[in-house]
Amino acid sequence: MTIEELDQIAKNVQQENTKYDYEINVCMDLACASQGADKLREALVKAAEASGKKILVRRTGCMGPCSHGPLVRVDPNQTLYHRVKTEKAQAIVDHLGKEPLPELQCDLNDHFDRQVRVVLENAGQIDPEKVEDYISRDGYKALLTALTEMTPGGVIHRITESGLRGRGGGGYPTGLKWGTVAKAAGDMKYVVCNGDEGDPGAFMDRSVMEGDPHRVIEGMAIAAYAVGASKGYIYVRAEYPVAVSRLTTALREARRHGLLGNNIGNTPFNFDVEIRLGAGAFVCGEETALLASIEGRRGAPRTRPPYPAVSGLWGKPTLINNVETYANIAPIIRNGSKWFHDMGSERSKGTKVFALTGKITNTGLVEVPMGIKLRDIIEVIGGGVPGGHKFKAVQTGGPSGGCIPAEMLDVGVSYDALLKMGSIMGSGGMIVMDDTSCMVNVARFFIEFCMTESCGKCIPCRAGTAQMYTLLTRICTGEGTMDDLALLEDLCVTVKETSLCGLGQTSPNPVLSTLKYFRNEYIEHIEHKRCPAGVCNMQAAVEVMA
Amino acid sequence: MSTFTPPPLPSDDKRWKIVNGTMRKNGYARHALIETLHTVQSSFGYLDDDAIRFVARSLHVPLSQAYGVVTFYHYFSLKPPGKHTLTVCAGTACYIKGADKLIAAAEKKLGVGQGQTTSDGQISLMTARCVGACSRAPVSLCDGEVVGEMTPELIAEQLERWSVE
Repeated sequence: MTIEELDQIAKNVQQENTKYDYEINVCMDLACASQGADKLREALVKAAEASGKKILVRRTGCMGPCSHGPLVRVDPNQTLYHRVKTEKAQAIVDHLGKEPLPELQCDLNDHFDRQVRVVLENAGQIDPEKVEDYISRDGYKALLTALTEMTPGGVIHRITESGLRGRGGGGYPTGLKWGTVAKAAGDMKYVVCNGDEGDPGAFMDRSVMEGDPHRVIEGMAIAAYAVGASKGYIYVRAEYPVAVSRLTTALREARRHGLLGNNIGNTPFNFDVEIRLGAGAFVCGEETALLASIEGRRGAPRTRPPYPAVSGLWGKPTLINNVETYANIAPIIRNGSKWFHDMGSERSKGTKVFALTGKITNTGLVEVPMGIKLRDIIEVIGGGVPGGHKFKAVQTGGPSGGCIPAEMLDVGVSYDALLKMGSIMGSGGMIVMDDTSCMVNVARFFIEFCMTESCGKCIPCRAGTAQMYTLLTRICTGEGTMDDLALLEDLCVTVKETSLCGLGQTSPNPVLSTLKYFRNEYIEHIEHKRCPAGVCNMQAAVEVMA
Repeated sequence: MSTFTPPPLPSDDKRWKIVNGTMRKNGYARHALIETLHTVQSSFGYLDDDAIRFVARSLHVPLSQAYGVVTFYHYFSLKPPGKHTLTVCAGTACYIKGADKLIAAAEKKLGVGQGQTTSDGQISLMTARCVGACSRAPVSLCDGEVVGEMTPELIAEQLERWSVE
């Protein structure tokens, strides 16, 4: 495969598409699928065939605002229809070329106008199972350009210059990581994609793997060329069967087109990728635990150094990046590092995809430039808290993150700002809570999660999270004392400072951040046996008092 | 180095051939343990002693290590599932939107706890960490199919339909 051949495929697709006067794109992502998108698509195909018009009905990945599903976009006018019932298929086809159907039209201009699409540029635009669709949108051009026109060092330089930082949560500079693996000695190196999106409440990586799988594969191949690897693994959660099937198809298609395998792009570069299934362990998102799991063992982390960049899979130098990080690579190679560097805030460049969920009007996937205010994401893009309730906090970073209160909403989103507020960027879950959520109970929820997910290797995490859970349960049932609170705070520090891996080190964050911003709720629970949000059941404790 | 001959299949059940296929594809390498256990579970629905022994012996993995892996990962089950499975998602978004009420409703209706199956083997009640359909929280899986915006009433109805079958 050469760039000319890619261009030819793209031209063929465009030519094919000109045969149609209209395109009806149906979002088939999990949220829309669970609302009947499958039947809707069948009905649209049937109606399109019967109409005699030249219509292409295409299934696509996530279009974004899941709460408005099932979503349908009609091109060339980009009319977005929401909450489309199967019965409406005929009306949509009948109205092609006329004024859009007013009752179905989705007016979310505010929602879309503030977003910038880099990672999600193809989501909702292409059929994820067709490599030709991806190629028609400049797919694999970056890989072949890198292979034929750039040195591995040049690729790393471009990624470094772009300022891209790891999207898995930690925010480690991607170029620096690549450089370390490239410099590591060894004739066998590996590239690993972390698709173990274990953070509950986050589904960005699932949507990317399902909606645009080739983008991830292309990013991995470019990375492999840059660091000198010939073998890659994508580690995907078993809970994401659709992602696994889409990636399997994509890998087969890429091999068939000579975009994976030997002598890619008629160069000496060889690279292939295998899928490895996770089996439900949050700790496997930690890189050394993930590697243990790929090797077929229990996912227990180990001490670092040595870092995987020096000694990873089977002791070989290994590059591990997250799905979204790889998804950013091809556009950076295509558009240059300056283009990427110009987006975002001072030390956090580019965009970030967030999964906006919880007590918010427009739930779904959003991609925003770094530096955007949290308030803009929640009030403008998310449409605010529904049902007349009051915003209380937004939780970012999952079990490793924290709760950010209303008074901090004017802070711009960046790795450093979130860290300063006691949370983390994390992989991109953003869960909005209103006045019906009890912050003590939320902290208990996350500690329970960390307790059950602790691998048990180190004592601070294994025993510490269990003790913290007991203390929080006492507070939530009205049996807590101020001594319990003091002990809880003490334990937070111990667990944070002495745990072996990121899971343990960050597990106190939900407790610490709620204590920082919502301490009064803890005090209410302890001193007045009262849960301000009315979530915790304190009946037993109140009766004892009376 | 002696050539390795894999142990005979535990029975002439055709599903063992699928399991064996996964191991052969991976050259009977030890690192294929998790992949193979996935194949066993998707073929048989769960992992029993015979299966774990067979896989461990085939891959030259100590039995203790194989058992350790099976019990470490939540996804693997040592008990056969019921005819139907209700999985309530207990991820953060679902929790915020009242997943605990769904679990309580299901437990009350079935008379069994999380991770258990009714005594007639009809329905299993499971919880999931997150199925990634957070935008439609609270979410449950009815025999693997995602149902969004679930309510305790809908859960009761679904369980009723399954139990009278």
